[in-house]
Amino acid sequence: MLRKWTAADVARKVIENKELFILDVRNADAFEEWKIEGHHFQYLNIPYFELLDGVEEILPQIPTNMDVLVVCAKEGSSIMVAEMLSEAGREVGYLEGGMKAWSMHIEPIKVGELAGGGELYQFVRLGKGCLSYMAISEGEAAIIDAVRFTDVFTTFAEEKGVAIKHVLDTHLHADHISGGRHIASQTGASYYLPPKDAEEVVFDYTPLTDGLTIQLGASRIEVGALYSPGHTIGSTSFVIDEQYLLTGDILFIDSIGRPDLAGLAEDWVADLRETLYSRYRKLADGLIVLPAHFMILDELNNDGTVAKRLGDLFEENHGLNVEDEDVFRSMVTDNLPPQPNAYQEIRQVNMGKITPSHEEQTEMEIGPNRCAVR
Amino acid sequence: MNITKTLDAKGLACPMPIVRTKKTIDTLHSGEILEVQVTDKGALHDFTAWASAGGHTIVNQKEEAGVIFFYIQKA
Repeated sequence: MLRKWTAADVARKVIENKELFILDVRNADAFEEWKIEGHHFQYLNIPYFELLDGVEEILPQIPTNMDVLVVCAKEGSSIMVAEMLSEAGREVGYLEGGMKAWSMHIEPIKVGELAGGGELYQFVRLGKGCLSYMAISEGEAAIIDAVRFTDVFTTFAEEKGVAIKHVLDTHLHADHISGGRHIASQTGASYYLPPKDAEEVVFDYTPLTDGLTIQLGASRIEVGALYSPGHTIGSTSFVIDEQYLLTGDILFIDSIGRPDLAGLAEDWVADLRETLYSRYRKLADGLIVLPAHFMILDELNNDGTVAKRLGDLFEENHGLNVEDEDVFRSMVTDNLPPQPNAYQEIRQVNMGKITPSHEEQTEMEIGPNRCAVR
Repeated sequence: MNITKTLDAKGLACPMPIVRTKKTIDTLHSGEILEVQVTDKGALHDFTAWASAGGHTIVNQKEEAGVIFFYIQKA
């Protein structure tokens, strides 16, 4: 019997730290570059075109005592291989929609309570490592760093019975396409961008400047903007309800933001240093850091959220503990990891300069986010 | 270039372009050239990897109006 797994089924396995055997039938290159990560996942990578004459040779490598999932880029090849394994008497499943669906899947998880009965949700895009947020209070919602699957956010807001009033991006993203502008135009919400990142955008927006405060609902919840350049020149963090620090791509749980994706690493090193070593130092240690990305699964908490006390990060995050400025400079400018796939085109999309089809957008976003330096 | 056979795999999604190509190339003799026409962009990488795994040589490839042409010489 062939079992069809959805990306949501796989996400549960990741978040609940379950075992899974993944037979990935994509090319070796594609597998090497990007795969479904799980703490207790085992992998076998054999391209489907090496199995056209049969799967007998790999049967001994496929376990019978755990769930086996066949994965490919879009699903066609995984169905073929899964059927062959099924005919050979094995119980296996395939991933509906393949890695494409995995890249798009988003899991909303509650991060915590806000004043006056408000709530804060983190939207975890496991396949790409993107994190978006929705703060809710008294019938109103603010969304931060929304990814391009806008339905996820509008549907969630409907289920919660709240109206989306504010849509914010911490910076002009280079690794994924923002859904912010579209959510704002669909709902009539205001779309905020840091003006220094928005010099080339071709649409109207509300400038997001240092010290700006957005009131959510009739309650005491404040979304306060904190100018924190370094990943981009406009990068801005938000403090919500004096409890949460949304750091965008400046500070992650186990790494820090890279300064080169808009092409100016050398120029922005000093800003990055100033933000991480001076501006953030002045904030309360008890703030919970909520970044816009994670890179590795170890950054996930047991409940699947990505969140940690700022004080803990000052102790544990290597990027916050490089005393020597020259060592820091070299760390964030030399030997940087490869840039995210199609990052220049993605920036153009986020500026509104080009409007690719959904299919093209999916292709642009293939692969890991690579926004950090460690 | 002497094309022995042409395979029209336009409109087919993964894995069918490779499946058909393999079946067709099995009917050729060593050294003969198969022309394959595909429209699935995902096939681009797969053809290169599949050919090198089987020892076949992609002697030429081009793209015209959204159609990718591969010329594969059988090992």
